Amino acid sequence: MTNSKKELAVAALRNGTVIDHIPSDMLFKAVKILGIEQMTTHITIGNNLDNKLLGTKGIIKVADVFFPEETYNRIALIAPGAKINIIRDFEVVEKRLVELPDTITGIVRCGNPKCITNNEPMKTRFTVTDRNDVTIRCDYCGQSVKSSDATID
Amino acid sequence: MNSNSLVSIDNISREEILDLIERARYFEEHPNHKILDGKVVATLFFEPSTRTRLSFETAVNRLGGRVIGFSDAATSSSSKGETLKDTIKMVSNYVDLIIMRHYLEGAARYATEVTDTPIINAGDGANQHPSQTMLDLYSISKTQGRLDDLTITLVGDLKYGRTVHSLLMAMRYFNPTFHFVACDELKMPHEYKEFCKNYGIKYTEHKDFSTEVINASDILYITRVQRERFTDIMEYEKVKNLYTLRNSMLAEAKDNLKVLHPLPRVNEIDRDVDDNPKAYYFEQARNGLYARQALICRALGIDIYKEAEK
Repeated sequence: MTNSKKELAVAALRNGTVIDHIPSDMLFKAVKILGIEQMTTHITIGNNLDNKLLGTKGIIKVADVFFPEETYNRIALIAPGAKINIIRDFEVVEKRLVELPDTITGIVRCGNPKCITNNEPMKTRFTVTDRNDVTIRCDYCGQSVKSSDATID
Repeated sequence: MNSNSLVSIDNISREEILDLIERARYFEEHPNHKILDGKVVATLFFEPSTRTRLSFETAVNRLGGRVIGFSDAATSSSSKGETLKDTIKMVSNYVDLIIMRHYLEGAARYATEVTDTPIINAGDGANQHPSQTMLDLYSISKTQGRLDDLTITLVGDLKYGRTVHSLLMAMRYFNPTFHFVACDELKMPHEYKEFCKNYGIKYTEHKDFSTEVINASDILYITRVQRERFTDIMEYEKVKNLYTLRNSMLAEAKDNLKVLHPLPRVNEIDRDVDDNPKAYYFEQARNGLYARQALICRALGIDIYKEAEK
């Protein structure tokens, strides 16, 4: 009984998306990437939940929204181990991992104040240069940053 | 986007570097060649750089083209708040080629993305300055008769100096051996040492600017140590004269050694070196004209050899 109560503390979804296994310190960056601040559907955000692999993890449940592929893959930037569950009628109909794209357009702000992208009304663009520790390089000024240290717009 | 644009020396392959050197040599023999007759070239200098601008404008003039442009952002519409994109799109309507210098890094790459007119990057902040690298390569090739298997000593500001970084990257095709001579504050950044390892380029680092290093070199490439790079002014005072080249230090150097410097020089090369035949920095600047003539033709898709036959 106690067990099921624990699980019910986070509302079950009829339809929607669950993004699970987000490292705790990346949770709010994931929130930003998903752009869920502006949404009006039910959203549940949990953080610092116990997890064997990560120590603690964050989870985001968004009701009635299915994100485009591209958005999931942007999550890979900060949470390469995140898992996506697509829920329809209380059933998990699709389970998948996020995949890091080769190029990231928009989203990340370049850390170089003298970079053109911080001075012109334009989108940033980064190329993934190291997939293991997720290092990205600005296509314009060439400055590299570990994506976990990057500023997300 | 025009595929003839030149943003970074990385855009140029080994074969193309060698070809451009041949073409620069051709222009040195025939500097006045009216192959840009009827062409208009814009020199957009959002940041003043008299040396680079004059060199590019001379190159265009000697090729018979016309130049429009500005030499300072204060006299352009960017001072009214116009975006770079708008300026580039507007100028693109008028000209066949844009040569631009900008204080922001990545400005040239962005400019290539908003226009089909070819663009040559004449320096974007601390990022890239490919025509400087091309003239350095031409100078090295001309004085040594080759680019392969040379020992090149880079001295001074190896941390912020974009010319040394670009030269290092361009030399990856030619099996060089590098000596990096700098104080701790200004030593070669980790990423460039990694670059050397990835390409199997041999290098050693030195704090002392010793005659031993000089005597082993084919090329001495000296750069200016700038006061504003130091957080501790005492540290600057301590090191500023440690990396000054004096004539006496060249006594035992190899016969083929040449001293290069991107200029302007302050006190990192003593005036007493100027009369030594190994001093090459003034000729190096002149080579910039020929290298830029070759780059301008590349950007416009003009084959000088075909033109010469006409």
